[in-house]
Amino acid sequence: MEKKILEIKELKREFRMGAETVHALKGISFDVKQGEFLTIMGSSGSGKTTLLNILGCLDKPSDGSYLLDGADVKTLSRDELARLRNHKIGFVFQAYNLLPRTSALENVELPLMYNASISARDRKERALRALEAVKLAERVDHMPNQLSGGQQQRVAIARALVNEPVMLLADEATGNLDSKTSYEIMALMQELNTGGKTIVFVTHEPDIAAFSSRTIMLRDGRITKDYLNEQPRSAKEMLAAMPATDDY
Amino acid sequence: MSFINLFRIALRALQRNKMRAFLTMLGIIIGVASVIAMVAIGQGSKKSIQDQLSSMGSNMITIRPNSNVTAGARLDFSSVQTLTEQDISAIKKQAQYITGISPAVNQRGQVINGSMNWATTLQGVSPDFLGIRNWPLSSGIPFTEADVKTADKVCLLGQTVVSNLFPNGDDPVGKIIRFNTIPFKVIGVLASKGENAFGQDQDDIVMAPYSTVQKRISASIYFQNIYASAIDEAGTDKAVNELTTILRASHRLKPGDEDDFTIRTQAELINTFSSTSQLLTVLLGAIAGISLVVGGIGIMNIMYVSVTERTKEIGLRMSLGARGKDILLQFLVEAILISITGGLIGIALGITSSRLITFFLKWPTLVSQSSVVLSFLVCAITGVFFGYYPAQKASGLDPIEALRYE
Repeated sequence: MEKKILEIKELKREFRMGAETVHALKGISFDVKQGEFLTIMGSSGSGKTTLLNILGCLDKPSDGSYLLDGADVKTLSRDELARLRNHKIGFVFQAYNLLPRTSALENVELPLMYNASISARDRKERALRALEAVKLAERVDHMPNQLSGGQQQRVAIARALVNEPVMLLADEATGNLDSKTSYEIMALMQELNTGGKTIVFVTHEPDIAAFSSRTIMLRDGRITKDYLNEQPRSAKEMLAAMPATDDY
Repeated sequence: MSFINLFRIALRALQRNKMRAFLTMLGIIIGVASVIAMVAIGQGSKKSIQDQLSSMGSNMITIRPNSNVTAGARLDFSSVQTLTEQDISAIKKQAQYITGISPAVNQRGQVINGSMNWATTLQGVSPDFLGIRNWPLSSGIPFTEADVKTADKVCLLGQTVVSNLFPNGDDPVGKIIRFNTIPFKVIGVLASKGENAFGQDQDDIVMAPYSTVQKRISASIYFQNIYASAIDEAGTDKAVNELTTILRASHRLKPGDEDDFTIRTQAELINTFSSTSQLLTVLLGAIAGISLVVGGIGIMNIMYVSVTERTKEIGLRMSLGARGKDILLQFLVEAILISITGGLIGIALGITSSRLITFFLKWPTLVSQSSVVLSFLVCAITGVFFGYYPAQKASGLDPIEALRYE
């Protein structure tokens, strides 16, 4: 049996807005196994962002349980959550969130800076390897403003990979990119997934979901659909099928 | 997180905003530099006063007649004459802590050499006087006890007098000059002593045996002052006690009577002037210290702006695994780096500007180690103090909100 990376049971999250209580998540249960490529879909207000924050250990559930790689997130302190994020999760954001005026290499090294057990030489080596994995080996010394959107997002993915997390957590990672670059990023994601990485991808675009192996639909704080995608589309083939020159 | 990483993160963050880091630093640089330069000016003037006073002879003791009460009226110093030859011989006979003693009688008058003349002071002293004042001759020979005994009309000229009476560079030694109407033979020339601490020209003087001055010019048996030198600086207090006892006996004062003389030591004078310039140092230092505090507030201000501006970065760092403590330390180290670097530059600038002040304005300056160490420590503390609050604010941010901050 495959190892479960995420185990979520009856997860609830409530926010207090003055006298009112908003129920953002109203009891969600699902597991994610190692090597899965899961997309979480939903329109705005569906509780997607709340779920993402909890999955990313930035927030804690009000009720229910969330085990990440065996650790019960609900019982952990602020510092322990930070450690968990550092060791187990690789974030990819919609806006890339690279540090400005900082080279690609240093951006990728950043998560390792918060891991005292890694030496300076190790850190550089691993950052270079991660940049190689996203095919940016020749751009290590470029600053973010010298890179295209797609390249910046690939630096961000390298940064997410560098700590060898158990899960990549992407938040609308293709939201700021044109369709061709989106396919490139999805091709990279699929390649990483084939290599064994577990990926949770939050999006509201159905054609992005088509690249994943499983999709969860959220609406109004509940799961409305949870289905396996028997034949995910290959982003690589899509790219190949696109017209070679795109003159706008 | 290891300290090296922390240092590296803070350094890179500063490098990303070099201009701003420098401008923030400028407040500290100016603060520290002015503290050091101001204190250097204060200390320098104190030192130069001390040096000048010591150059008069640091173990010199001055005895003056005191104001006295005659029939209920208190009279001032000049009108009272109590010091006589008798006192000198009593002191010479009894004192153990005194190495030299000289009376002094001063008389203003006109010195004349041919067609040249000059208004100056004739000071009648004993041969010991040059030793007490630490005053060598530049040419010729001093007068002796024998000259005093016979009231010889010989004199020593100060440099100012020489330049006024012998403007074409003749050697005055061996020449005859007149003081008012009395002829004197010049037997020596005093070395230049410059101005004293009060700005008086010490070289504007003619010295002669005191007996000569008393008998031939002032026609008085009293002395205006008695100068003595203690065996060493440490023995000054004992010498003062001894002199008091001897003079009281010599003046036949009863136990309840007030002293009719005043004994001042050079050390007292030095202390008086030192405390004045110490006050100057403290004042200048305080003014400069205020600018250091203003510089510190500048750091705090910039760190606040920086925290707000970099909220998203803080959120990102937190999402990548930075703990609140890591963020706190990062901003704190940034603030300390700014203040310490600024402090070091300020110290260099302060020392340089003190040198420039001495070079261009000819003011004496003295950069004291303690002012350097102190202002550096104040800077480091400023960094921690003014950096802590913004850093605290940064570390308390909620990562979710920080990430979404625009």
